[in-house]
Amino acid sequence: MSCAHLLLLMSLALPMRTGAAVEIQRPRGVPLSKRQFYEENKPFTCLDGSRTIPFDRVNDDYCDCKDGSDEPGTAACPNGSFHCTNAGFRPAFIPSSRINDGICDCCDTTDEYNSGATCQNTCRELGRKERESLQIMAEITKEGFMLKQQLIHEAKRGQEDKQGKLTELQGSKKGLEEKVEALRTVKETAEDPEKEAKERHLKAWEEQKEVIRMEKDKARMAAAFLELDDDADGYVSVAELQSHLELDPDSDGSLTETETQGLLGGADKVDTSTFESVWSGIKDKYLSEGQSDPPAPVETPQEEETRDFVSDHDSDHYPEDYAGEEEDVEDDEEDDDHEEEEEEEKVPPTVPTPEKREDDEVSMPPYDAETQSLIDAAQKARDDFDEAERALREVDDQMKNLEKEIGFDFGPSAEFAYLYSQCYELSTSEYIYRLCPFNRVSQKPKFGGSETNLGVWGQWVGPEDNLYSVMKYDNGLGCWQGPNRSTTVKLTCGKETVVTSTSEPSRCEYLMEFTTPAVCQEPPSLDEVLHGHTEL
Amino acid sequence: MASFIERMCLHIVLVLSVFLSITQAVDRSNFKTCDQSAFCSRQRAMKPGQSSYRALLETLELSDSHLTLQLQNNNNKVRLLLELYRLQGNMTRVKINELKPVKPRYEVPDVLITDPPTEPMSVVVQDEHGVVLSLGGEDRRLILSAQPFRLDIMEGPQVLLSLNSRGLLAFEQLRIRKDTISHKISSTVGSIWDKIKSVFSSKSQTDTEEAGEKEDTEKHDEEKASEGEEEEVEEEVDQPGMWEETFKSHADTKPNGPSSISLDFSLPGVEHVYGIPEHADSLRLKNTDGGDPYRLYNLDVFQYELFNPMALYGAVPVLLSHNTHRTMGLFWLNAAETWVDISSGQVGVCEWISHTVFPFILSLDSLGLISKSCLYMLDCVQGSGEVLQTDVRWISESGIIDVFIMLGPQPNDVFTQYASLTGTQSFPPLSSLAYHQCRWNYNDQEDVSAVDQGFDEHDIPYDFIWLDIEHTDGKRYFTWDNNKFPQPKDMLQGLLDKRRKMVTIVDPHIKVDSSYKIHTEIRSRGYYIKNEDGGDYEGWCWPGNAGYPDFTNPEMRRWWASMFAYDQYEGSMENLYTWNDMNEPSVFNGPEVTMHKDALHGTWEHRDVHNLYGFYVQMATAEGQIQRSGGLERPFVLTRAFFAGSQRYGAVWTGDNAAEWGHLKMSIPMCLSLGLVGISFCGADVGGFFKTPSAELLVRWYQAGAYQPFFRAHAHLDTPRREPWLFGPDNTDLIREAVRQRYTLLPYWYLQFYHAQRTGQPVMRPLWVEYPEDIATFSIDDEFLIGRDLLVHPVTDEGSSGVTAYLPGNGEVWYDVHTFQRHDGAQNLYIPVTMSSIPVFQRGGSIICRKNRVRRSSSCMENDPYTLYVALDSQGNAEGELYIDDGHTFKHETDKQFIHRHLSFTANSLSSSDLSPDSQFPTASWVEKVIILGVQKPDAVTLTTTDGGESSVEFEFDPDTAVLTLRKPGVNAGVNWTLHLR
Repeated sequence: MSCAHLLLLMSLALPMRTGAAVEIQRPRGVPLSKRQFYEENKPFTCLDGSRTIPFDRVNDDYCDCKDGSDEPGTAACPNGSFHCTNAGFRPAFIPSSRINDGICDCCDTTDEYNSGATCQNTCRELGRKERESLQIMAEITKEGFMLKQQLIHEAKRGQEDKQGKLTELQGSKKGLEEKVEALRTVKETAEDPEKEAKERHLKAWEEQKEVIRMEKDKARMAAAFLELDDDADGYVSVAELQSHLELDPDSDGSLTETETQGLLGGADKVDTSTFESVWSGIKDKYLSEGQSDPPAPVETPQEEETRDFVSDHDSDHYPEDYAGEEEDVEDDEEDDDHEEEEEEEKVPPTVPTPEKREDDEVSMPPYDAETQSLIDAAQKARDDFDEAERALREVDDQMKNLEKEIGFDFGPSAEFAYLYSQCYELSTSEYIYRLCPFNRVSQKPKFGGSETNLGVWGQWVGPEDNLYSVMKYDNGLGCWQGPNRSTTVKLTCGKETVVTSTSEPSRCEYLMEFTTPAVCQEPPSLDEVLHGHTEL
Repeated sequence: MASFIERMCLHIVLVLSVFLSITQAVDRSNFKTCDQSAFCSRQRAMKPGQSSYRALLETLELSDSHLTLQLQNNNNKVRLLLELYRLQGNMTRVKINELKPVKPRYEVPDVLITDPPTEPMSVVVQDEHGVVLSLGGEDRRLILSAQPFRLDIMEGPQVLLSLNSRGLLAFEQLRIRKDTISHKISSTVGSIWDKIKSVFSSKSQTDTEEAGEKEDTEKHDEEKASEGEEEEVEEEVDQPGMWEETFKSHADTKPNGPSSISLDFSLPGVEHVYGIPEHADSLRLKNTDGGDPYRLYNLDVFQYELFNPMALYGAVPVLLSHNTHRTMGLFWLNAAETWVDISSGQVGVCEWISHTVFPFILSLDSLGLISKSCLYMLDCVQGSGEVLQTDVRWISESGIIDVFIMLGPQPNDVFTQYASLTGTQSFPPLSSLAYHQCRWNYNDQEDVSAVDQGFDEHDIPYDFIWLDIEHTDGKRYFTWDNNKFPQPKDMLQGLLDKRRKMVTIVDPHIKVDSSYKIHTEIRSRGYYIKNEDGGDYEGWCWPGNAGYPDFTNPEMRRWWASMFAYDQYEGSMENLYTWNDMNEPSVFNGPEVTMHKDALHGTWEHRDVHNLYGFYVQMATAEGQIQRSGGLERPFVLTRAFFAGSQRYGAVWTGDNAAEWGHLKMSIPMCLSLGLVGISFCGADVGGFFKTPSAELLVRWYQAGAYQPFFRAHAHLDTPRREPWLFGPDNTDLIREAVRQRYTLLPYWYLQFYHAQRTGQPVMRPLWVEYPEDIATFSIDDEFLIGRDLLVHPVTDEGSSGVTAYLPGNGEVWYDVHTFQRHDGAQNLYIPVTMSSIPVFQRGGSIICRKNRVRRSSSCMENDPYTLYVALDSQGNAEGELYIDDGHTFKHETDKQFIHRHLSFTANSLSSSDLSPDSQFPTASWVEKVIILGVQKPDAVTLTTTDGGESSVEFEFDPDTAVLTLRKPGVNAGVNWTLHLR
């Protein structure tokens, strides 16, 4: 009972003490706007209308109203709220559980009237600081907004330029398409006679080659005959042939007499004219005595041994399956790469085997002048056609890029267009972060290592009333057991276009703060800013 | 925290780009089965039968405190020394060691809080078959039979428990290796020889060895003969795995050879056994026939599997048996790797008689000495068929048999008995019972401040924010990452200003780095655990190469404790507390992710002390926190690994669980099992550590966690953020409400921990503990009690629209705490649920004090008033208690500064009286409201205080729910008063 009395007294006494200014009498914790509901000495009706209680039960440290309205100045109601006037700064509501909890919440100290906490009134100081920062912000906003107008203007011009260029390109594309078609016809017309002439030339050459080949064979036969005919009696005998073991039909390493006779068509010896038919049977195997060794086999380079990457560490002490740190793992990966490269370098270069050419192959004679001129004409038609086609492709690409750019959502007035194809970097102790708006976000270790994709342009994801305040980049490099990396970029108004901070609040989910004039809103007048927030 | 296999996956994924994250569950192949553990498979190969041990009755000696007697193995003639103690408080201690071991065997120190006081035993009768000892009481007897050796504890005609009745006592005596060379040279060199031998196992060498062995054996025999061994001794053949063992390329050199022990216990009439945590399994232990035994070996298991007897992070070798008549406990005091086989079933009468009625009893019977038991046996024979029995067999790798048999008979008696051996739950600071916000990791000071701010913005209370390993400078504990936490004291001061606290992680693996003070000090003082070759043992853990301080060394523990002094641990302040993780110890590249068993702690092998390591780490850390405050402040230390007695040093959590409904469910039996063996301060990571919870699972987990002793949300580094406000306003509201319920009940939680510290009773209890005769409660582990008075049935199924809760107690009444609806006990009740809350009931007959003004942190609520919830039983009575002290110092102990009051409602009067008149504590708290459930409307209510003052109290009555609300009695919470309903 005594507790209650004390509290009630205090709650009445306090406003008088601090009310040296124009404090208007009302129960503790009640905002001015609700003063009329708390009339002293009249029964109090809970603000939800649920019940009426004697006025001395307002702020008596017992919760009577379901909505907590009877205890605006005590912690009795779980759902109550306390109003601090905070003269000199902004007034605020705090949950009534913060009344007398030993922690200073209101800058005017009114929330801690019975907790023993010593609070300093910091409202003036806070108010001053806030005004200062608001002033700075206002200036930034003002300048930023001006810059933004410029950006909008430029974007509009840029957009018009692009549109104009696109139209222009559409025109030239049509011309190019026609040109390509025309040149295709020219090309095809020129290619028919070219083809015929070339075929003719080739056929003649084939015939000539056959003649040469036969002559060569005859010469080889004659030479072989002379070579075999050791005793120069004009006959090749079994004995003479038998020294050529390479001719052994059953490849058993010995050339028997019977076998040799078989080779000679059953005869013991043959003269030059009969040798012709023998020759056709043995010429593929026959080795001239001058080159009796079989041709050295082409040395095939020894196949690179498949490197065993399994660590040969004693698993007792260095298990291959442990990696202390992700960074370490990445390092390891690089090390492995290096090793691999080195390994490749160490392999002796393969000696290219000279292409096996037909002995004394003669190259095809040049085209005759008539054919050559047909070819030249066709080639020119082809070149012209290719060039026209390339030009068309280029125009297509340009158009596609332009259409893509025009298609981007650069904001309601295209104020973000200037960010397109730009990149902004921020260097931290470990990494360099890179934001290329409407393209991608990436992270590169400062001290070596490859770049990591933290997400590619997704969409604007700000709240409904401020869609263009947050960008989302997703589908970056995948994370172990996690999502693909993604980055949220929060845009705030600033004169400069800068990445101001990056963090990774959750594994593989990055947050980037980015200032740009493009989000600066039309500033209200400074007076409005300062007066809109103070109650008195 | 996570274990190394996870990192392995990371490594593989990154380096080989192989998608392995489908490896969701534990990789069982990393951990041994009994078959893969040489001693377990050796012991388990031994089947029940006639024991090869006999008691040498002629060696019996009885002193005031105990009885000693030698046992002899009939096969190898090795003698054991049996010591029997009758301990105060209805306990029996049985110790068995080798009579003359070739070197000492490890006996676990520091776990028992004192040398247990004994009571005299007397011999009732003795003859050549055995001896009967009186254990006090009218008819409590211990019967020792000589041949074969067995012990039976009887009360009246009933056998309560038998030892070695299945003949599974086995004691691998320490021995000198029968290997010529290793016999002659030191064992260290010998083990090197073993390695060489295994490398060069050529025929010729084997031949020479055999020759050598033969020679040696002969010599050995001669020696024995000269010692006068009259009987033939069976030659013991070395089995594989006795002198060395390899598991997944990890060699265990075993210089001491085989040393395992085993003993069986039979519990006739028992069907339900509990305890032996830590396992992710049901509360009631399962039959292990045909599967692996329950394993006790502290291990860092990555993504553990549910419903599995595999070992986890902690081990408490205490088993409880329970039936409607009696609760008993077995405490197997051994810190080595241990396996426990459990086999329950019907035992045929004939078999039962042949097993329990042994020649000695028959001979006594014939002498007419114990005719009662004879009568009982006849009853059995005439009874209807079969008797239930549970057989328990313990197998440990080394040490001695030292077992405490706690005879109950009530559950609370067993808790008291066990507490008298290993101590009770330390009384935690009040704030540590509040909500803890953790994540691997809060990235930097700004992050900590933003999260702190987030709780205020969303009006959700919290007391502790936690920093995991990333806060350190390169995993060097006791340091801070300079970039992320440049001003730790500013950060801590910021929290202190809001009356909040922080925990940083301090793990026992120490980075090997000559510029790291902690490492250089430990190294120079020789405090590291050593390799078999005498160098410092090193293994891989978070910092890379790390040493492991030998916490079994008391000097080392003193030094470690001194590192928590404010001037040693730079950046620490009084609101900074500690978390010991990875203290199994976790060694990423060690066998089974832990330490090599042949590492050395002084003269003892790691094999001997393994399960004690985490216990000692937490002990030293808690001691450090006490010391830094000059012995004034209570410590708060969370540990992952634990052993019997760990309750004395702080809190335990269930390790790296997962964001799955099954893991939410499993948090209940896991914490219940821990509570039964003394460790009350238990919790599971709210939300689940691995993976990402759905909003529904997260909300349900908060609702369950709010009603479990240690209430901490935690998340893996690779999971998306999950602070309570990140799941939309509706879910934020639900989580806020769950956390607020916890805060309103803090006075009740605090009282339960006060009781736990005084009595050893678990805070979170299985229903059978309070309703020991209600068989329906024996297997329940989806609901539980907090203290005696709150019954909680968490919702652990997705999309649940209702749960069926069993309300225990014939004649009991239960009140739904949300609706005040009244239900009768002894029924299964279907309760429809929404997302807003889980079913919680207050027992009729109880009075619970709450603080309903929930604030930012528990400290802010210190002086707030109480609301009393008086739930009447069917006779219209209720009682409860209120405990108040400063919440954080030892002054309640040292200066008797506390308030302990008895609240009682009887004959329409509610009064508060002093339970501890010689203690004092000034409190500003008062009674703001009294809510009486199940009462009739009074005409008037008056308040009487001790000064004789009388005043009337306003009230409201709701006839629909029969709830009477007394408005603002306003009395101070520390004085006597009475409220009369007229």
